[in-house]
Amino acid sequence: MVNMIIDGKNISAPKDTMLLEAIRGAGISVPTLCAHEAVSRSGSCRLCVVEIKKGNRSRIVTSCLYGVEEGLVVDTKSDRVLNVRRLVMELLLARCPESDVLQKMALEMGAKPQSRFVADTDKGKCILCRSCVRVCEEVVGVSAIGLFARGSQKTVGPPFHEQSDVCIGCGACVYVCPTGHIEMISTGEKRKIWGRRFKMQPCDKCGKYFAPVDQLKFISKKTGVPFKELSVCTECR
Amino acid sequence: MIKMNNTQALRQVQDDLKSQYDPKKKLVTICAGTGCRGYGCIKVKEELEAEIKKQNMDVEVRATGCFGFCEKGPLVIIHPEKIFYQQVKIKDVPDIISKTVAQGEVLEKLLYRDPQTNETVMKEEDVPFYKKQNRLVFGQNGMIDPTRIEDYLVIDGYSALAKALSGMTPEGVISEVKKAGLRGRGGGGFLAGIKWEGSRRAHGEPKYVIGNGDEGDPGAYMDRSLMEGNPHSVIEGMIIGAYAIGASEGYIYVRNEYPLAVIHLTMAIESAREAGLLGRNILGTDFSFDIKISKGGGAFVCGESSALFASIEGRAGEPRAKYVHAVEKGLWDKPTVLNNVETWANVPLIISKGADWYASIGTENSKGTKIFSLVGKINNTGLIEVPMGMTLREIIYGMGGGIPKGRKFKAVQTGGPSGGCIPESLLDLQVDFDRLYEVGSMMGSGGMIVMDDRSCMVDVAKYFLAFLQEESCGKCVPCREGVRRMREILEDICAGKGEEGDVELLEHISTGVADGSLCALGGSAPNPVLSTIKYFREEYDAHIRDHRCPAGVCKALITYSIDPEKCTGCGLCIKVCPTQAVSGEKKKAHTINNDLCTRCGACIESCKFDAINVK
Repeated sequence: MVNMIIDGKNISAPKDTMLLEAIRGAGISVPTLCAHEAVSRSGSCRLCVVEIKKGNRSRIVTSCLYGVEEGLVVDTKSDRVLNVRRLVMELLLARCPESDVLQKMALEMGAKPQSRFVADTDKGKCILCRSCVRVCEEVVGVSAIGLFARGSQKTVGPPFHEQSDVCIGCGACVYVCPTGHIEMISTGEKRKIWGRRFKMQPCDKCGKYFAPVDQLKFISKKTGVPFKELSVCTECR
Repeated sequence: MIKMNNTQALRQVQDDLKSQYDPKKKLVTICAGTGCRGYGCIKVKEELEAEIKKQNMDVEVRATGCFGFCEKGPLVIIHPEKIFYQQVKIKDVPDIISKTVAQGEVLEKLLYRDPQTNETVMKEEDVPFYKKQNRLVFGQNGMIDPTRIEDYLVIDGYSALAKALSGMTPEGVISEVKKAGLRGRGGGGFLAGIKWEGSRRAHGEPKYVIGNGDEGDPGAYMDRSLMEGNPHSVIEGMIIGAYAIGASEGYIYVRNEYPLAVIHLTMAIESAREAGLLGRNILGTDFSFDIKISKGGGAFVCGESSALFASIEGRAGEPRAKYVHAVEKGLWDKPTVLNNVETWANVPLIISKGADWYASIGTENSKGTKIFSLVGKINNTGLIEVPMGMTLREIIYGMGGGIPKGRKFKAVQTGGPSGGCIPESLLDLQVDFDRLYEVGSMMGSGGMIVMDDRSCMVDVAKYFLAFLQEESCGKCVPCREGVRRMREILEDICAGKGEEGDVELLEHISTGVADGSLCALGGSAPNPVLSTIKYFREEYDAHIRDHRCPAGVCKALITYSIDPEKCTGCGLCIKVCPTQAVSGEKKKAHTINNDLCTRCGACIESCKFDAINVK
């Protein structure tokens, strides 16, 4: 165990954990948007920043990526920390004015839309947290979507924003998206995601459409389980 | 080049080369750096060779690395007299050969004329631009043909490596570099020796050393000139560093838009390998090390260490959080020392001449010399190398020759796009890592952009923020969105749409972006804004409150008019105006129609009577 002082309290946390877990473990809340349990961390949203002190030096770090350290003094609500979080919220509200998730979060944090920023109309609800890209690569293992371009031009989607050949329509990206940006429409026998239509597989037993055929084929190929065995929905299995 | 199997063999080769070298022999060196190439120096070189052939003479013409005085290129030096010719044109070549080379006659018209004294100067070292420089790293450029390893060996090149391999332990090398106080020349100014020590102690194989040649600051080209002009000095430094930390593999990361640097580095690596200075069992010892070139696509952010690693690894050049240092987990998560190419080029000097000698140059905490690129509104554009601690005034007015057309100095931007603008009141600042940081700027890689009273500081901040917005990788929110919003506000201010409170908002965004960004690009991106607000707040206020651009730059806030007292009616401005906004009869005062005028400034440039007013 590693001993630290977090917001004035003595806290111990297991070695090799991240500061974010240690802080939350101590019952202190820290806002995050990009740290999803299913994927590796990128440190891109910057909401989880905290101020750490070592000797006379203090600095801002992202708690989701900073490992716990013996003797560390952590301030999760210093002026500098709250200023960064407030700015991040102001910037995200201007980028995604329609996101109810962001609005709710901003309200909790006491951040208001910055009237001087002209709200974007072309970004949807995407905050570029890249959880979707990571889940597609790290969990699903197909890398159907990625990031394009640089800086404020950056977007997420399948290559060249064309229909992806490798996407299996599983919807894992939808599941991890913190703001609900990714649109997936499932209408019984069809599912549409990232501009591509997928044929859904009906359950051999109950007849309910439950997963894209491509997804079951992918799982069958990967695990060696015959397709037939997979064409039963989880409820009937 | 024969393969050298021990340090004696290296000494022998150097001695043989020296014995062939006759200091009295005629030699013509011509700067073939990128600047002089732009002036057409390659044609001049060909012409020199053709003329020598025509006159049946036995004189070598050597295309060397950059001399630094780019303002006056193409530059030619006639040896052994060391007669320094500037702005040499093809038509000057026959006289240079038949008069100067053949008879030693000096051609007055090609000599540098000091604008202060109006006297000509014959030798390079007496030209005010060079006089106060201390070109320890950069000076060899002018003697070396960078495509020939022999030229480097004859000036005792690779002797430092031999010294390290034959008489020093790796720890000894590190302690020497630490004692010398060498700090990284790429921006951060971290102590190189400490980095090396950390990497030597770190566990993991293989270990890497990397030369960072991803110079991307607008107006900066010292790393480029070093890689182009003296690639072996960088390579030798890297080999010594690799020996010190126990690295077996190295990379030089250079942007592909520096084609000459890529070519010269490639040739240098190949010839060093052939000579037994790279590869297995260097100079016959147990030490093996080799260097590959990794060509970057020219993204500014790839100069940042973790983005640079990502780029070499074949991934998109995006930084990652660096809570575990690169010396422990860098390239492919292995211990890595990344230093700027100029830092590496300092290493052979430290090993050859000793840490005490090196540490005697510079200031208390910034040792040695630094190469700066002096650009913008300055008479002598070029590259200078000066001891740390030289004042801005000496650099700008001494070497730089002051501001063109006698205009007033306003500010100098140091440290590249994310550096700060330093005002006239701080001209006596001694330039070193710490002093620059104290005034809100930084050393960066050594760019210096000089601005005169016709530069609008809000416009300058807008320009740098636009650059940084385009170069932001877009990974983290504060940098991607914050820099964009700052740019938008600055654009508004320049367009006369600034609002009360904008400056305070810019400060709020700046603090959050500096504190909250993932890497140093975002961390330092607010510097141009914060430093211009700090030193030139009144200009922001003039734009926002009075809708006035005091420097006469922001087009939405200015109008052009012609002073009837000064205008002679010469008609030149009528000719150059692209929108036919100027009219008037010959020899009578002209007028400008502001509805047609695009404020391009062509009339101002053309007017010999200073008759165009900007308000």
